[in-house]
Formats: sequence, structure tokens, C-alpha cells
Amino acid sequence: MFDFLEDYDLLGAFWTTVQLAVLSAVGSLIWGTLLAAMRVGPVPLMRGFGTAYVNTVRNIPLTVIILFTSLGLNQTLGISLGADDFETINFRLAVLGLILYTSAFVCEALRSGINTVPVGQAEAARALGLSFNQVLGLVVLPQAFRSSVGPLANVLIALIKNTTVAAAIGVAEAALLMKEMIENEAQLLLISAIIAFGFVVLTLPTGLFLGWVGKKVAVKR
Amino acid sequence: MSSVLYDAQGPRAKRRNVIFTVVFLLALAALLWWVFSTLDDKGQLEWALWKPFFTGTEAWTTYIWPGLQNTLKAAVLAVIIALPLGAVLGIARLSDHAWVRVPAGIVVEFFRAIPVLVLMIFGLALFAEYTDVSSDDRPLYAVVTGLVLYNASVLAEIVRAGILSLPKGQSEAAMAIGLRKNQLMRLVLLPQAVTAMLPAIVSQLVVIVKDTALGGAVLTFPELLASANTMSGYYGANVIASFTVVAVLFIALNFALTSFASWLEARLRRSKRSTGAVLGAEDVDDINAAEVGGPHKTDGV
Repeated sequence: MFDFLEDYDLLGAFWTTVQLAVLSAVGSLIWGTLLAAMRVGPVPLMRGFGTAYVNTVRNIPLTVIILFTSLGLNQTLGISLGADDFETINFRLAVLGLILYTSAFVCEALRSGINTVPVGQAEAARALGLSFNQVLGLVVLPQAFRSSVGPLANVLIALIKNTTVAAAIGVAEAALLMKEMIENEAQLLLISAIIAFGFVVLTLPTGLFLGWVGKKVAVKR
Repeated sequence: MSSVLYDAQGPRAKRRNVIFTVVFLLALAALLWWVFSTLDDKGQLEWALWKPFFTGTEAWTTYIWPGLQNTLKAAVLAVIIALPLGAVLGIARLSDHAWVRVPAGIVVEFFRAIPVLVLMIFGLALFAEYTDVSSDDRPLYAVVTGLVLYNASVLAEIVRAGILSLPKGQSEAAMAIGLRKNQLMRLVLLPQAVTAMLPAIVSQLVVIVKDTALGGAVLTFPELLASANTMSGYYGANVIASFTVVAVLFIALNFALTSFASWLEARLRRSKRSTGAVLGAEDVDDINAAEVGGPHKTDGV
């Protein structure tokens, strides 16, 4: 019953999914933090840019972004992100698309963390005579990070599920393999169950663990 | 201007802000110039490539409007079918009987943990193998099936969170006057929860509209994104122009929905007649991420 699996690289496909998720997670954490810094900072132009970026990107389907990286950036404008072969190019383009999209949500998660810190905390710190850096580093950010863990975990789980969109530009990850297997084998329910199980294994423990961490570090108010 | 992060600004901070603004403006200008010159180099700014969208209506009536119609059709069908399913699952998850609560919980958590695309691919093969739906209709059926399976479980969580967000006094008062569990749910909790859930449901529509694009890219469902592909083939490889138009349409549609949801949320929060319990866009983000144990309550109700 499971014989046909030997013809397919199931673990390899899920490994690609994991790679997509990890690389995009790191990238979007960096770009998302920068965006959040712009959005909450004192410079009006940067605030405007951050807001415009988030509102635009959140409202475009990820599929449009990823398809555009391949058809628009690569095939029309000739951007190949330093790779030569088709597979590497598409993998990197997919990571780029996922980063551009996910960072908007990372930015919002961080900002919601900052918003949970009551203004009184910073006012009290200033009244004690702490400098700007001390207020930020000792009082506000420690509290903000703790309440960002839960929302950031949610973004990560959504990202793991979103890596399947890379199938639209032919990255050999789990959803593309599923499509290929279904076309070639008459084992629809079994194949779907295996792929679904793979995603449950990836998302559920991540959610349980980070949810537990989030509750543990959360600031009680 | 004072926020939790910085105080009202003095002369030095104002000077620093001006410097930041100038530097950022230069960086932004450099980026725009790079985009412009790359597009120009590849001849993507030629009027001929953009003309179909600005002169004549052929591009709009032949490609964009039918695509948009399919996008809306799939989204509306999905939400109409998913809402009752979600309501049943959500209420079942709150049941006092473990044999109802546990299976409903498993179904909801399972479908929230799986990518929509996987559900859509499954749906396509399912309809091809076990039904006689014609191959033209199959992509629509598959897209709607995938969307329904996923969003019914998300809506179930919205319903559950909506009922849980109501003040405890509501059910206590209802029980004190002797209502049955059925009456409590039907007459007291659900009517209030539906109001509280409205903004969240509208926000979920944005997610649904965005996910229909998957059908266009992977399942050959002729929706808005797929029409961009067809157009760029027909009008001489105007990929940039076609994608820009389609992206702008998606943004406009979703921005309208998002704004409507926030308006609704603000209105419900202000309203004196309700209990003040509202589920907003942030709760929906949490629920979509399949976080176990329901959404966090950020604002204490």
C-alpha cells in the first residue's frame, strides 16, 4: 500500500518546506522589525512609509506576489538573485516573496506588542529621570517583546502554511509533490492524509510550544 | 506628540528628525530611480504595454471583469457555505458533552493546521475521481471546497470566541430566570455574539478573497490573477502592467473590506446598547494562525 512512496522524495519535499519557512522567518523578522521601528518612530515620513507598506502588502494575495517574483522580476526584468539554475532561482524568489509578505505581519505583531505597554510605564520611567535609551531598553521593550511572542508565533505558523504557495512557481515543496503524486497514483485519500499529517506535525507542536512560551513570558496586568 | 516610546521633542531631536527624513527620502528616491530605470531598460514602460488598460474597454470586459466575477463568486459561495458549518462547529465546541465537544475540536484544529492549497488540490482530485462534475466546473468546486473546509474551522473559532467574549453575567442572568441551555444559547448568547463577530467575519472575507488567487495560480481556476496571466500573453508580454492592474484591484477590494470592518468595529465599540464585546481584525489574525486554545484577549472585556 505504501510501496509507491519509494518513487517520491517525500522527506526531501518537506525539507524544502522547512527550509522555505526558516529562511523566510529569519528574513521577515529582520525586515519586519525595521518596518515596526519605522511605524512607531518619531519621523513622520518613515511612519507614513511603514503604514503604506503594511496596508498595501497585507491586502495583496501572497500568490500574486510570488507569481510576480517569477514572471515579473525574473522572466521580465532578468533578476536572478545570484543563482544560475532554474530550481535555485525559483527557491530564492519564493523566499523573497514570502519575506516581503510576511514582514508586514511581523511588523503588526511587534507593534501590537508595543501597544500593550501602558503609557504610564514610560511616563513613570521618565519621571524617575531615566534617559531615552534607558526608558526603551529597560522598561518598554522588555515588556513589548514578552507580549509579542504570542502574535509572532501565530505569524510563524501562518508562514509555514503559506510556504505551499511556492508550488505556484514550481518550487519542489510538499504541496507540489502532493499534486504530482495525485496525478500519477490512484491513492488520493492516502496521499492527502500523508501530506496533511506532515503539515500537522510541522504546525501543531510549533503552535503548542510557542503558545506555552508566550503564556509563560506574558506580562500579567 | 508623546507616545510610550518617546517624549515631546526638543530642538536637538527635531534637528535629528530632519536629518533622518532627508536621508530616508534620498534612499527612497534611489530605490524608485532604480525601479524606474530597470523597467525602462527592459522596455516595460512603453505606452503600448499599458494602453489596453487606459484606452478602450476590451481588456476590462474580456479579461478583468470575468476574472473579478469568478473571484467574488468563489469568495461569496465559500463564505455562505462556511458560515452555518462554522456556527455549528463553534457551538459544538462549547457543548457540555465531551462526545460532541471533542470531535468538533479535533475537526477544527485539524483543518486549521493544514494549508488551504493542500485542501484545494485534494478537492480537485476528489471531484475528478468520485463525482461527474464537468472538468470546466471542477476548479470552482475545488476552490470553494478548500476555502469552505478551512474557513468553516476558522469561523467556528470566531463563533466560539464571540460567545466567550460576552460578559459572564449574561449567561448567569439567563440561567437565574430559568432558561434552558438551548434557550440560553438561542435567545441570549447567539444574538449578541453575532453582533460582536461581525467585524471579524468581514475581516475573514479578506483572507478568503486573497486565497481565491491560489485557485488561479495552481488549479487553472479563471479568476482575477489568472486573467493577468492571460492578458500578458495576449497584449505582448506586458507582465508588469497586467500584474500592476490586478494587484491594484485586489488592494482596492480588500482595503474596502478592511475599512468596513474597522468602521463596524469602532461603531460597535461605541454603541451603548451592546455589552461592548467585539472581535476585531487582530483576533482574526490569531485565529487564522491555528493557535491552539483560541485567541488571546488583548483588551480586557
